[in-house]
Amino acid sequence: MNAQAALIDQPDGGDSATQLGHVVTGELDLSHGVALYLEDITVSFDGFRALNKLSLAIDAGELRCIIGPNGAGKTTMMDVITGKTRPDSGKAFFGQTIDLTRLTEPEIAHVGIGRKFQKPTIFEQHTAFENLELAMKTDKRVWKSLMAWLSGDDRDRIADTLKLIRLDGEADRPAGLLSHGQKQWLEIGMLLMQEPKLLLLDEPVAGMTDDETMRTAELFVSLAGKHSLVVVEHDMAFVEKLGGKVTVLHEGSVLAEGDLATVQNDQRVIEVYLGR
Amino acid sequence: MSAITSALPLPASGRVPLTLRVFAALDRKAWIALGVFLALALVVVPVLHLALPPENAFHVSTYAITLIGKIMCYALVAVAMDLIWGYGGILSLGHGLFFALGGYAFGMYLMRQIGRDGSYGADLPDFMVFLDWKELPWFWLGSDSFGWAAFLVLAVPAIVAFVFGYFAFRSRIKGVYFSIITQALTYAAMLLFFRNETGFGGNNGFTDFKRILGYSITAPETRLVLFGLTAIALAATLVFSAWLVKSKFGRVLTAIRDAESRVMFIGYNPLWYKLSIWVISAVLCGIAGALYVPQVGIINPSEMSAANSIEIAIWVAVGGRGTLIGPVIGAFTVNLAKSWFTVSFPEYWLFFLGLLFIVVTLLLPQGLVGLWKKIMSKKQGAQA
Repeated sequence: MNAQAALIDQPDGGDSATQLGHVVTGELDLSHGVALYLEDITVSFDGFRALNKLSLAIDAGELRCIIGPNGAGKTTMMDVITGKTRPDSGKAFFGQTIDLTRLTEPEIAHVGIGRKFQKPTIFEQHTAFENLELAMKTDKRVWKSLMAWLSGDDRDRIADTLKLIRLDGEADRPAGLLSHGQKQWLEIGMLLMQEPKLLLLDEPVAGMTDDETMRTAELFVSLAGKHSLVVVEHDMAFVEKLGGKVTVLHEGSVLAEGDLATVQNDQRVIEVYLGR
Repeated sequence: MSAITSALPLPASGRVPLTLRVFAALDRKAWIALGVFLALALVVVPVLHLALPPENAFHVSTYAITLIGKIMCYALVAVAMDLIWGYGGILSLGHGLFFALGGYAFGMYLMRQIGRDGSYGADLPDFMVFLDWKELPWFWLGSDSFGWAAFLVLAVPAIVAFVFGYFAFRSRIKGVYFSIITQALTYAAMLLFFRNETGFGGNNGFTDFKRILGYSITAPETRLVLFGLTAIALAATLVFSAWLVKSKFGRVLTAIRDAESRVMFIGYNPLWYKLSIWVISAVLCGIAGALYVPQVGIINPSEMSAANSIEIAIWVAVGGRGTLIGPVIGAFTVNLAKSWFTVSFPEYWLFFLGLLFIVVTLLLPQGLVGLWKKIMSKKQGAQA
């Protein structure tokens, strides 16, 4: 019941999780090289199968692009991974041990999954600096927040991230006043402040200029290796620039998988995109 | 949300003692204003009340002291409401309940202080004699102790708020649904307290208080002490609230108000943040209620009426949400207008209140404080 107990920000988070009765929710274990493992995930909304026995595996450090027509289940998949939607059936594991279907949204954030929404979702009334401060990896329980005071190192980290997302000149501006592209970058910056192991990015370059899009691609490529990234995107130039493996979703399951060129030449993929 | 202009230059990072952080929560002007307010309430008003004869133009009457004391209690409730509504984005239309619970908890003590001076000259409070009860119900045990009463003033609103809030926030009840449920909650409590069997004096509630801590409750000195305590409570609440909203906790709270899902996905559990501010707000209302009852001399279930709770929201809206000082200004403006109206045009008060709410909602979304800020920035713009 006490969700806070599971929010203890310690490497031995497994203890507290076991106390909560979670079966095998332990420390993040990437020893087998798999960061995210989905098996036979099914989600139905009023009889409509948004996800239909979806299976997917993302390697540690991998950069994976997910494409697919509207309604293919891309956002629902992210909802399942982040705990917003519970699957009707199937397994969702983060690393070897963490069962995502048993954790709440904040708990999943704590074990190391960060999510960027399709529409930039930032705190518009807070400054860019405060947005990053709130996202920063730390003990996020009420009492700690009441007593929190930034250390010099914390400030340096926020300053570094502001520089990385090119908002160092906008630190004290309310985030609501930033341009659309800047908001997207701020949200990416918030994700980085969480120090997640897995980043889920839903259409991260929507509304960005070509220049911003290319810079974002460079940033993501530089993040791969240390982090696993799952990018949902429609912009093929961007997908090409990212260069990783591509998964095509269609009607809630995987239609094709491979590098971009292979997938683009796949007859079924062409049919789905161009219509029969 | 812009940079904080604190009263003293604090290092932006590193170890800073809590006392200094609290001190830095208000800017220099605010501390001076608070000092002036306390000096007026604790020194000037008592001197003008006690030292000057009633016919002197500067004499502060008992009526004025009771009225201002009462409005300060309302202002405290308004600040509590601002914490949950202005900063937390949760509109409660049941805050009158917590106010009344604090009032009733302290009222029990005041009833016991009457002793045998009631109309029946009995050990039991008059209403129990009237109902032919032979002994105190179990929940009245210890009510003759001031300490226990003071504890109940804090604990009862806190427990009710915690239990209600836990289930409401855990079920992710939000917006207008939450408001309606709080309205139903206070209404249900009112019906419960109207019943004689509930054991709180039925529709008459508690009244005819004689003493507090052995001192006559109507003595000018007692009134002035209660008045001063209310002023201190209001000032302390403002300082505490300013610290709260300027802490990281406050930033998380406003973040929940603006984008709750984002807050969850960066690892905060909104439940405990909402529940904390909800319980804090309820306890502040309880304190206000406990200060209100001995000054006004009565507490009855009408304090829990739906209209009362809505009025609290109107004070906050009129003064300006999310400003802390706005609700104080709103509580004073509306209640001073009310006491003038109810004397001069009693039948038009509710129309005026409704009109005020419409005007503020349509034309002054930031309330009086917002209007003031607009005027000041225009002035600065004209000078530049």
